[in-house]
Amino acid sequence: MVGSNSLVEMRSISKNFGGLQALKNVSLELYSGEVLGVLGHNGAGKSTLIKILAGAETSSAGTILVDGRETQVRGPKDARACGIETIYQELALCGNLNAPSNLYMGREINKWGFLDKKAMKKETASALRRLNIRINSLETEVEAMSGGQRQAISISRAVHFDTKILIMDEPTAALGMDESKQVMDLTVELKKQGLGIIWISHDIHEVYNFTDRITILHGGENVITGPTRDFTEDEIVSMIISGRPVERLDYKEKV
Amino acid sequence: MQIANLKFNPIVWIVLVAVLMATILSFLSPFFFTIGNMTNLSKQVSIVAILAAGQAVVIISGGIDLSVGSVLAFSAVVIGTLIQMDINPTVAMFAGLFSGTFAGCINGLVITWAKIPPFIATLGMLGIARGMALVITGGVSHPVLSPLFLYIGNAKLLGIPIPVYFVALTFFAIGIMMHKTVFGQHVYAIGGNERVARLQGIPVDRQKVKIYALSGFLAAMAAVVMTGRLAATPPSVAQAIELQAIAAVIIGGVSFVGGRGLVLTALVGALIMAMITNGLNILGISSFYQQVLIGIVIIIAVWLDNLKSSGR
Repeated sequence: MVGSNSLVEMRSISKNFGGLQALKNVSLELYSGEVLGVLGHNGAGKSTLIKILAGAETSSAGTILVDGRETQVRGPKDARACGIETIYQELALCGNLNAPSNLYMGREINKWGFLDKKAMKKETASALRRLNIRINSLETEVEAMSGGQRQAISISRAVHFDTKILIMDEPTAALGMDESKQVMDLTVELKKQGLGIIWISHDIHEVYNFTDRITILHGGENVITGPTRDFTEDEIVSMIISGRPVERLDYKEKV
Repeated sequence: MQIANLKFNPIVWIVLVAVLMATILSFLSPFFFTIGNMTNLSKQVSIVAILAAGQAVVIISGGIDLSVGSVLAFSAVVIGTLIQMDINPTVAMFAGLFSGTFAGCINGLVITWAKIPPFIATLGMLGIARGMALVITGGVSHPVLSPLFLYIGNAKLLGIPIPVYFVALTFFAIGIMMHKTVFGQHVYAIGGNERVARLQGIPVDRQKVKIYALSGFLAAMAAVVMTGRLAATPPSVAQAIELQAIAAVIIGGVSFVGGRGLVLTALVGALIMAMITNGLNILGISSFYQQVLIGIVIIIAVWLDNLKSSGR
């Protein structure tokens, strides 16, 4: 199911905010072609962990390995250079611009500062087609589109520039049921294309049905990491709340 | 472009309004469409139009520049003072253009580095630039009788006054810039959602400095035309002209919250305002009514724009 070499490995990550220890020796591994669910209460440390990977925070201790090589992620630019992109819960698009302008925002195809609109339009059309995203017109302002279409454009932007690792921070929180389904279908498509996806969500049901492996955090520490189907939904809920791995005779995973 | 799309194009509506006004005025007065009056009208509109081009770019980026009138006066005074010191008029002109651009740069740096909102930063510059103009000259207006400026202000080329060429060139260049270049794309993105623009790697601060520098440059260009027309550089010139430039942009239908609108509509907006002034003059109606009418037009323009966008 998963490749043998990890795309990214976070080893013994710790993070202090003043006297508060947000993360204690947390580890995370992500393989190509899988969806890893990161679960935990508010304040369990999942968003801090993800921010460290996305370059929005720096760790106090620990190492990050990308493709087996130790890498410094000091800022969002470093993360991007490593092929790590993040999709946020709130839609990060300019509503007054069309899809190609949003897709290429900040990296416009140009010659001597003059836009190559034709090339951007063509590339956008093929990028959307590759992900089976249908929008009526590339000229339409993004604001006039549905939430699902907009999130789809965000995602196609995130994966367009040689992305290997996609962090999705509650990508369906602002969406309706049909639209969430669209986003999940899209994520499955990306998984098939070999991306590693980190999926953060509060919706246990969604995570259970959708992820290949899960890692649970509690109080800034790993509780358990393992294939999602090894547990029942109830067991996952109980681990999130108690912060203790379930007692199993047949299952042992490093904590 | 298809006919169906044409009615959604903001330029179409505003041009229709302008044409309608011109038609009505030409029926009301036989003097309206005379060459003399058209020359007069185009000269009247040229300075506000040049300022409005810069103002439109600033407003599309989500900002505002209140300092353009004062920066115009400051640049004019630099030109006048240098010519008074027997410096080559061409050199003086470039020094004036540089001064305006410099003042615009300062606006941009204050807004981005010190994180002062554009309204406050440019309000400060409004005072500073006007004050500097008075300080430099001691309140005295220098005459400018150099052939270069007299040509710019009064000559015609192919029957069209020179200031009109300045206006045409400005709007042509700004139009290309806004719709064909990466910079223009960034202006729309910043006006649409600055946080997203920053997140996606647009150098927002650097682009903003350029935007305000451009507005300062265009204020200085208006100063060159103004100096030519007046053949003098009074430091009190162009008081409150920034409000006319902003009004032209708003009447043109550029969204005040940024991200939407075409720079070219600001030219039509300036023309509409000039036609109101000019029309009332040739009809012999008291100029006191002009301000009332322009005020009403501004409010109606924004109201119509709201109706249009809520219907979308």
